[in-house]
Amino acid sequence: MHLFTSTVGRKVLMAVTGLLLVGFITVHLLGNLSVFAGSEAINIYAEKLHSLGPIVWIFRLVMLALFAIHITFGIKLTVENSAATPEQYAIQVSQKTTFAAKSMIYTGLIILVFLLYHLLHFTLHVVHTGAVATLEPLVNGRLNVFAMVGNSFTSAFVSIVYVIAMIAVAFHVTHGIQSFVQTLGWNNGTSQDKVTAVGKLAAVAYGVLYVAIPLAFLFHIVKV
Amino acid sequence: MNLTLHVWRQKGPEDKGKLETYQAKNISEDQSFLEMLDDVNEDLIKTGKDPIAFDHDCREGICGMCSQVINGKPHGGQERTTVCQLHMREFKDGDEIFIEPWRAKAFPVQKDLIVDRSALEKIMQAGGYTSCHTGGVADGNALLIPKPTADYAMDAAECIGCGACVASCPNSSAMLYTSAKVSQLAVLPQGKGEAKARVKEMTDTLLTEGFGNCTNHYECQEACPKGISVKFIAKLNREYLKSLA
Repeated sequence: MHLFTSTVGRKVLMAVTGLLLVGFITVHLLGNLSVFAGSEAINIYAEKLHSLGPIVWIFRLVMLALFAIHITFGIKLTVENSAATPEQYAIQVSQKTTFAAKSMIYTGLIILVFLLYHLLHFTLHVVHTGAVATLEPLVNGRLNVFAMVGNSFTSAFVSIVYVIAMIAVAFHVTHGIQSFVQTLGWNNGTSQDKVTAVGKLAAVAYGVLYVAIPLAFLFHIVKV
Repeated sequence: MNLTLHVWRQKGPEDKGKLETYQAKNISEDQSFLEMLDDVNEDLIKTGKDPIAFDHDCREGICGMCSQVINGKPHGGQERTTVCQLHMREFKDGDEIFIEPWRAKAFPVQKDLIVDRSALEKIMQAGGYTSCHTGGVADGNALLIPKPTADYAMDAAECIGCGACVASCPNSSAMLYTSAKVSQLAVLPQGKGEAKARVKEMTDTLLTEGFGNCTNHYECQEACPKGISVKFIAKLNREYLKSLA
């Protein structure tokens, strides 16, 4: 299929999967922010999600496909692009590009490693088993997700790992948002700087709100 | 004014090449950058040394030959300026100036500051044309093209194919160049017929010629001596999506 070999086709694949992944982190963030709405809110949210049955698995497979496409082509494009630029200038001055744009592969790889760690932690319960054990059902029968999350984040190590990963997400999204608008052909010239500004604002919002969750537990602003 | 130049010297395509230092003496601020290099070359010739090889043709900003990165910016970085239009008044006495050729796998250095830019022509050959019959001279009003459309096509057609977009791109992508050609033809009636094949062929050739993929850094737009906007890359992307249907 031309889409998978073309330079523009693969750019479109990166943009569409990236856009959907931004959609995912948005929904995920809204769900996670329920920790600020009392201990029961996130437990009810988790119970609702798990009661969806086969839809959960369909969702997981779609997410796997999105990540697989985004990561595979992200790495492939980076390798091709560095092959196209075998020699560097003695002096090189960037006039427009950003740190975020130049570090996409690095922030991307940080997010990939974090993603595996995150799944081992909260989904597969392989690491930090002490904190994870507090997931035990409450008297009302619901799993105590709030306790598992809270007890995990009271560890400075865990919190710092999550904070670093979320900063990487924020940088990745800064370039990503304006980039998919351009790639999908929605830039008319004058709109691009506005879209870039909105993208930066959104990235800061994702960063601050995501980071707030571990830090709130670490500094006992929200108590387990 | 007197200047210290660090110039890329490379004997041929196989030579490794290195930066060498020269003194440019008694340079007038009214000289163009190329005229300054002419003076330096005259001094080199007088002392029996090999003059610095650099490409130039029109010396009025339209040929796109002067493939020099000056102090890290293609064509010296002045807005909408080629090297022949860059004047020495932009520099001051005692300045150190680094002069390097375009660097990209698709643009092999031939000698010193001269690179082979024929990869750009290969992209044009892949689809940067229309094959409609022209016949005799058509009546001026037989084919009506609205002014905004003509202006849009003209803005894209300003591209002189100099390769500054490639030189400035962190990925050495020729996407701005390709997009200008695709956009220019896509909006005009003569170009619409082959629009679908054109965008695929030209972007595929971009890769096979050794250019990188565009990842939206927009360095190209800043470096372009003709001010070609990245909105044309967005247009190319739309043309590509249309070609899939």
